Amino acid sequence: MARYLLRRTAFLLGSLLLAASLLFVLLRLLPGDPANALLSIGATPEQIAAARRQTGSDLPLPEQFGAWLGGLARLDLGTSYVSKLPVGGEIAARLVVTVPLTLLAFALAVVVAVPVGFLAAHRAQRWYGPLLSGFAQLGIAVPVFWIGMLLVTVFALRLRLLPAGGFPREDWAEPGRALAALTLPVVTIALVMSASLIRYVRSATLDVLGSDHLRTARALGESFAGAMWRHGLRNAAGPVIAVLGIELATTFLGAVVVESVFALPGLGTLLIEGISEHDYPVIQGVLAVSTFAVLVIGFAADVAQRLVDPRLRTRLGRS
Amino acid sequence: MTRKFAGVAVALALALAACGSDPAAAPQEGAGSGAATIEIGSLYEPQNLDNTAGGGQGVTETFNGNVYEGLYRLTDAGQVENLLAESEKVSDDGLTYTFELRQGVTFHSGKALTAADVKHSIERVSAEDSQSARKSQLQVIKSVTAPDEHTVVVKLSSRSISLLYNLSYVWIVNADVKDLTTGEDGTGPYKLGSWKRGSTLSLEPFPGYWGPKPANGGVVFHYFTEATALNNALITGAVDVVTSEQSPDALAQFTGNPDYKVAEGHSTTKLLLAFNDRKAPFDKPLVRKAVSSAIDDAKLLESIWAGHGSLIGSMVPPTDPWYEDLTKVNPYDVELAKKQLAEAGYAGGFRFTLDTPNYDPHPTVATFVKSELAKVGITVDINVITADEWYSKVFKKRDFAATLQEHVNDRDVVWYGNPDFYWGYDNKQVTGWVEQAERAKTAEEQTELLKKANRQIAEDAASDWLYLYPQIVVASSKLSGYPVNGLNSQFYAYGIKKG
Repeated sequence: MARYLLRRTAFLLGSLLLAASLLFVLLRLLPGDPANALLSIGATPEQIAAARRQTGSDLPLPEQFGAWLGGLARLDLGTSYVSKLPVGGEIAARLVVTVPLTLLAFALAVVVAVPVGFLAAHRAQRWYGPLLSGFAQLGIAVPVFWIGMLLVTVFALRLRLLPAGGFPREDWAEPGRALAALTLPVVTIALVMSASLIRYVRSATLDVLGSDHLRTARALGESFAGAMWRHGLRNAAGPVIAVLGIELATTFLGAVVVESVFALPGLGTLLIEGISEHDYPVIQGVLAVSTFAVLVIGFAADVAQRLVDPRLRTRLGRS
Repeated sequence: MTRKFAGVAVALALALAACGSDPAAAPQEGAGSGAATIEIGSLYEPQNLDNTAGGGQGVTETFNGNVYEGLYRLTDAGQVENLLAESEKVSDDGLTYTFELRQGVTFHSGKALTAADVKHSIERVSAEDSQSARKSQLQVIKSVTAPDEHTVVVKLSSRSISLLYNLSYVWIVNADVKDLTTGEDGTGPYKLGSWKRGSTLSLEPFPGYWGPKPANGGVVFHYFTEATALNNALITGAVDVVTSEQSPDALAQFTGNPDYKVAEGHSTTKLLLAFNDRKAPFDKPLVRKAVSSAIDDAKLLESIWAGHGSLIGSMVPPTDPWYEDLTKVNPYDVELAKKQLAEAGYAGGFRFTLDTPNYDPHPTVATFVKSELAKVGITVDINVITADEWYSKVFKKRDFAATLQEHVNDRDVVWYGNPDFYWGYDNKQVTGWVEQAERAKTAEEQTELLKKANRQIAEDAASDWLYLYPQIVVASSKLSGYPVNGLNSQFYAYGIKKG
């Protein structure tokens, strides 16, 4: 396991370096100039030159690339061209919103999807089995912003139960207000996420329910719950954990849409601002942090899978 | 299994309880009292806090008059008033201005305002690395001196009748503070509370303010990237006022509702179909006139703004002193357009590319222009570009045939006097009038000359001025004392009262 962890960490760092280089190159391929964000109509040629100096876009590309990698190695993401604030600080301020949003949504989705998916499989013959599967299909088809707008209309504008958007200025100083602000966005993401999770849980459960070893366990006198607990769940968990990792990563990246619908000052909105202002340090910083998060989540899911399933830990299972 | 489900049910119940227990609707502390905090909703977050470092429209809206003051103030009605300059004396040749500063003014840091600060503040705007939109207008200033603590002398290279007006955009800042991009030190009625980028910026009353105290207990600007989210915030009471509505669709829910007031003031934002006057076919005035006459501006305005906004026919909006109605100069007349095209040698029409910024309303307008011009045989290829590409391609390289762009400032007809401007309109007479107007001895003389210039650019169809935007402020009906014109995107907050 220790060697595996070491190898996996090296892989993680390599991926990060590759991602950082790709990011840098792709951003420079976009037309335009970051200096433009600082200009207004009527800017003089001297002002244009000054803006280029200020943003460093007059420096040769290798020099810009070296500065970016060097900073990254020191965990310094640089300073925003536009706001003049350190990018690291700006990202940290946004993570206060995005991380709880993602984790709460993820937790809610799992809490809903696991029992519902199990029921949909276990009670496939009853009337509500297909109904649950149908709900899951619908959830996958509906776009996330539409669900968000629907929830806002009903719970914020009509019933006035929850805020329509925004996040308290004091962040989590009053946890009740912060939670209230996150409730609708969390439910929005969780609905979409649980819809696809339900399908995976359902099919994993169906596989297990039809398996020989479960039937054998029942034949040996185990109760259904006992057989399921001891022999069923572990087997069903493997594929579900793999999907969970992907889902969590997708949610983290997909939060941008939900944040914009609910006017949340999260990482996604920071990225949009960065892109619209051509603010390279901000775009690079946000994407580097997101890439890192996705890689770490994938890593964690891998490790979790190996813990649950001893077969993956053998030489045979690795192939 | 039952136990597991019970666990799930408890978790769900807890989650719901957490939501239900705290609706946290509107942070309306002390509603009804004069000292309530005003929650302002806006789409324009400052990019940074310094208007000479690319702070943009957002910092003007938030800070002009609220946090920083100039020697003069442009009122919401468009008048220039004395603010930190108590009086001014102008020499007979109009080249030397002597300003007497108001006494007893202190910066938020506690330092007293001196003439040295004013000198620094003016020089900061015209400095080499300044990104101020007013830099070129202040180029006429030759020197600024501070003979004593409360006197500032400004010497000009030529007469400048707009000097006081231009000075209303120059923030007076503490000369000792070097970096103003993330903090402030002004003399205004409010000081900066906190700026949570991407979300809110709060202003608190400054106890040491020299003038009357603000009518409220502070203001919080809430920034949105999405108009729907902004309007939802107004409906739920999370904000009290929206500084500028950007689409008529949202207005229906507020118009006729006694809980809200909808104010339509004068804006200075013009939507232009700007031709590249240097290059064929738009180097010919007749072609430009034909295009102007082929487009039904009234129908366009109706479809974009549903009855709000107005037609102008030239660059000058009604709030500028040299406005006149020029909508008849290039009337909507398809037959006339066809005749003019034939006369210019384009009877069979022609084809051109329209560089269109990718944000509202430009793409919709481009489609409209395309279908209107098809009727006179002109084919339009729409090329959608980002704001950023617009600066590189159109503004800097002048690599375009025609483009759509909104021009937000007041008194900006003077750009037509600059042959180097991106649209390349070069008429010696107009250049002369604009120059003479700036050197005029009286406001009447200036007005006369700029009227002439404005009429001439309309005659030449230097650009096609499609329409003037409306400026719509929607507020809770409990609110009063807010500005409705928002000239140059200013939003004075100190007069706003709740209840």
